[in-house]
Amino acid sequence: MTETPAGLLIVLAVLLPFVGMMLALMAGGRNTPRVAAITIVCVVVTVAAIGLQVAHAPLVYQLGGWAPPLGVALRADGPAAGMMAVVTVVVAAIALYARRDFAVPEGLVEARAPLAFWLLLLAVWGSLNLIFVSGDLFTLYVGLELLTFAGVPLVCLDGRAETLRAALRYLLFALMGSLLYLLGTVLIFGVYGTLDIELLSRVIQPSLVTRTVLALMTAGLLAKTALFPLHIWLPPAHAGAPAAASAILSGLVIKGSWFLIVRLWFDVMPGVVTFGTAQLLGAMGAAAIVVGSIVALRQQRLKLLVAYSTVAQIGYLFLMFPLAFDASAGAMSGGNVLTAGLLQAASHATAKASMFMAAGLFYKALGHDRIAELGGAARALPITTLTFAMAGLALMGVVPSGAYLAKKLLLAAAADQGQWWWTVVLQGGAAFTAGYTVLVLRRLLASPMAPEREIARVSRLSECTALALALASLLLGFVAAVPGIGLPSGLISNPLAPSELLTICLVTGGGCLLAWGFAQRPSSVRPAKAAFVGVLVEDFDGLLRQWPAASLSLFAFAAAMGWLLQSGTAA
Amino acid sequence: MTGATLHGLAAAILIGLGVFGLIAHASPLRKILAFNIVGSGVFLLAGALARRGAEAGFGGDPVLHAILITGIVVAFSATAMATAMLLRLRSVTDRTTLAETPPRHDADPPA
Repeated sequence: MTETPAGLLIVLAVLLPFVGMMLALMAGGRNTPRVAAITIVCVVVTVAAIGLQVAHAPLVYQLGGWAPPLGVALRADGPAAGMMAVVTVVVAAIALYARRDFAVPEGLVEARAPLAFWLLLLAVWGSLNLIFVSGDLFTLYVGLELLTFAGVPLVCLDGRAETLRAALRYLLFALMGSLLYLLGTVLIFGVYGTLDIELLSRVIQPSLVTRTVLALMTAGLLAKTALFPLHIWLPPAHAGAPAAASAILSGLVIKGSWFLIVRLWFDVMPGVVTFGTAQLLGAMGAAAIVVGSIVALRQQRLKLLVAYSTVAQIGYLFLMFPLAFDASAGAMSGGNVLTAGLLQAASHATAKASMFMAAGLFYKALGHDRIAELGGAARALPITTLTFAMAGLALMGVVPSGAYLAKKLLLAAAADQGQWWWTVVLQGGAAFTAGYTVLVLRRLLASPMAPEREIARVSRLSECTALALALASLLLGFVAAVPGIGLPSGLISNPLAPSELLTICLVTGGGCLLAWGFAQRPSSVRPAKAAFVGVLVEDFDGLLRQWPAASLSLFAFAAAMGWLLQSGTAA
Repeated sequence: MTGATLHGLAAAILIGLGVFGLIAHASPLRKILAFNIVGSGVFLLAGALARRGAEAGFGGDPVLHAILITGIVVAFSATAMATAMLLRLRSVTDRTTLAETPPRHDADPPA
């Protein structure tokens, strides 16, 4: 609780990106990318120092020397430092990737898109760091709003009409979510007179008000995280943005509100959660995996496919909630399941960012991203094809990726608690991921349809950065070997053991079947039986992404959650 | 009925009206206005709670006032940003609807 000497480092990690942003704005023109680069180096050093410190003990800083409840505290614990490290790696990679794309063009003093991109990249970073270290519900609200304000303009960097529309939808839906969160904050302050997470966690009791607050805040944050069926804004926003911006939005921005839900459920009010609500959150995750993956398989554009795969992967991030609920204590308990969830977030952040980068490179080289006409791309861009394949493998959870480790921990928890249905979801989700990875790879490796088509050159630096990020995700499982993470040893087994190979074969085979069943065909070929299901799911998704349906489901979810919280304890 | 209860009820009504507007109105400008009405409701609630929680001769709880002022700044920035984007959308397309084109099953989308 007391302030630690190295606490100032946390302030630096939050302030430096914003200071850099303002300096970059003042410098302007060709200096903006340079100032951004210097800032990025400084923050990387700061975050590394924080990581070294937190390995011993969590850091605390009290703003102005005032202790809570009067003042505001910033804290960096293990999860916060881990997420900061992941974000740092991804931001640095995106900056390298975007160096060529968002350079100020020759002959111009200043261009709008590069200026905005570099400023917003730093703003997203600062807001994320603020969210990770905030020890106070209202500071978290401010961080959340900053993140939205920095994320939304990234969608419409190129100013086309459809991206403006997507950005406006995103902004309005996210604002609806933040109002719910703010309402929860005000209500909880009205009862307990403090917003400090640590103080609240000691005094909070399940009551009508705390249950209402949990329902409102979770609903609001889910709207910002775009968990199915609240994903109204995600596909057009993530698919329409430039590739580097999509990587920021998909890899990083949604993790901010997700992390806030984790804080709320695990740190602030673990005792208010009931079995039913944790299952509801997991069920929405499962629905996200099924619907998101099927719609992804039916896309004709690569970027939309990757965007819908994000919808499915967000579902994956919520599977840990039902498994982390300790039925005997009637509360959420962290431990291995929480570690698994954070690992999943880390591997998704790295793999999805590199997948969007690869999609952007294909678009740039071929001048389009129609999946059916990707033939020959593998010959032109072998590195990027490898990147896409490795990112897909990392998301599927093949040894030794971070997703593999997370899946293993979650499967163990599911078997431990006899919740076998989550085992089915976990393995089925991997099969769906295999499905759309195989679908795209098959097109990439096909022979070119029109051999005379010109292929533009892409930056080798961008290709290598995307590859490095995919590789990082694929090797993330080795963190299990790092002492201090607190994982049981022997998690990474021999990848060539028969049981491992059988699982991989089953998952890949299942994925091929799913891809064959659901994918779009040329109109000359008779569609498979499953295609009708695919069309139905697609229509269902289109319906849910209408504004009235999405906003009604937001409030319906809040109501259902409140009801489950109330009735779960009465029984 | 005390003043705080009355303010709380008024806040609830404002939030309800705003939520209805957010769901029901198709026009983005009306949604922005509805967002502001919900926001006013939340701020009014904060004010009512501040009054109720006031002790030791204070007119209101200062922390809630600080929250309220910050909230107003955030809501103001959000409104400004949404309006700016709406104006931009109008200058690009001459229309201000958010409706997407319906999903297509067979047609090839334009390049």
